[in-house]
Amino acid sequence: MRLINRRLSRGGAILAGIVPFALALAVYGIASQARLSENPDDKLLPAFSSFAQAIDRMALEPSRRTGEYLFWKDTLASLRRLAKGVAGAAAIGLVFGVSLGVIPWVGSHLSPFVRALSMIPPMAILPVLFIVFGLGESAKVALIIIGSAPFLVREIEQRVRELPREQFIKAQTLGASSWQIITRVVLPQIVPRLVDAVRLTLGSAWLFLIAAEAIASTEGLGYRIFLVRRYLSMDVILPYVVWITVLAFALDALLRRVNGWVFPWYGRAT
Amino acid sequence: MSFLAVRNLWKEYGDHVVLERVGLSVEKGEFVAIVGASGCGKTTFLKLLLSEEQPTRGEISLQGTRLAPEPGSDRGVVFQRYSVFPHLTVLQNVMIGLEFDGAPVMGRLFGARRRACADASREMLATVGLSEATGLYPDELSGGMQQRLALAQALVQSPRILLLDEPFGALDPGIRLDMHELVTGLHESLGLTVFMVTHDISEGFKLGTRLLVFDKIRQDPHSPQSFGASITFDLPTAQERSSGEVHEIEAAVHGSETR
Repeated sequence: MRLINRRLSRGGAILAGIVPFALALAVYGIASQARLSENPDDKLLPAFSSFAQAIDRMALEPSRRTGEYLFWKDTLASLRRLAKGVAGAAAIGLVFGVSLGVIPWVGSHLSPFVRALSMIPPMAILPVLFIVFGLGESAKVALIIIGSAPFLVREIEQRVRELPREQFIKAQTLGASSWQIITRVVLPQIVPRLVDAVRLTLGSAWLFLIAAEAIASTEGLGYRIFLVRRYLSMDVILPYVVWITVLAFALDALLRRVNGWVFPWYGRAT
Repeated sequence: MSFLAVRNLWKEYGDHVVLERVGLSVEKGEFVAIVGASGCGKTTFLKLLLSEEQPTRGEISLQGTRLAPEPGSDRGVVFQRYSVFPHLTVLQNVMIGLEFDGAPVMGRLFGARRRACADASREMLATVGLSEATGLYPDELSGGMQQRLALAQALVQSPRILLLDEPFGALDPGIRLDMHELVTGLHESLGLTVFMVTHDISEGFKLGTRLLVFDKIRQDPHSPQSFGASITFDLPTAQERSSGEVHEIEAAVHGSETR
């Protein structure tokens, strides 16, 4: 049988998916043990037991200095910034994307401008943001917004243009005004597509969040990673990285599920 | 004065003449079937009736008034596909037209007005045979049911003319027969004035009270785009046809397809 026609059973597919994870863990375990047996003080590849201690220290015990549970404090701070940034970018994406896509003269005015804006590397203007907004929360949120919004605007504009022209004509023959077409025909169909677009931008939103936290912050997942780097604390850094990955994965899955629940027609439409 | 009048209508896209010298006069209650080879301009003609496109020359007037330059609720339409809104249930798809009229800002009705609107919509859905499906989304409907819904959606607005753009082209033959029955019934009971574009001549003869054939009168083999199509046959369908005449029409429609 050809390679392209060979498939695994359902159980086999799940097992096959686990294999790379197990292999990566095993390789790490062996490498870590090899280094530690040569030098028990090696910091580069800590043993799994050191991770457990680090997690215990960061997440389950209050900090000796401030009495806070640092891990949860960092998580909360980061998620709050991420939520604000992504929500802001989504709102901008929706308002501008729909206007650009539906109203021709708005599109003529703004489409080239948005295309140009989206080419600016957000990290390059991070210093500008710190100068304008100071080193507080707003600069970090602004970086996420500036990093994600132009993509979302263009994406939503594109999705609006993909709606069949028949729907716009039909709505007009039913007597709809421009406003009614936007609110009752375009928006309800665009929101689930916006959620999908947000899922795509979450990756870069995390990137901007951690970059902003690394440079100027007093709490947050990115801040902690860059702080403990000074002490080569791989036992803290690696669990934080895994935790960020888990959070990103969970957020993505949550958004996908919510889309399915709230918009049952979406994704099945012919 | 005729109900709908088309006077010396031309449609050009740059050098490409699609329609030329189209003249037509239609009375209220007529069912006009429009046939022709693909690319003969019959869909362009429908787009002009719909004001989706503007004529290059000439004009179309409905009850003595020139058509507005954009689509409006005086002209209902059913396309071959994408006529219904995928994010609304069957009932909501019919209600939306009435809600557009009744709620300019919110686009939604509430309370007693909403119930009245829902009742009127259910009645229309019963007329097209969709009473059982009011809570379903369009993707849960068969192709035939989707077209029934599109008809109900258009008819609830009581348009002065109904435009059908190959409405049954994507349906299975059996379903198409059911739809023929429905459309014929609606045409008679509601006294509708209908324009239907189809590539199926027998469908045109069967449903229409009048058949228009679009074809090019003049041909230039060196620049086929420099002449547009016009109405080459305009026949009442009620009379018996001699087979020679039917052949001639078929030749006009199919002959130019292979040209």
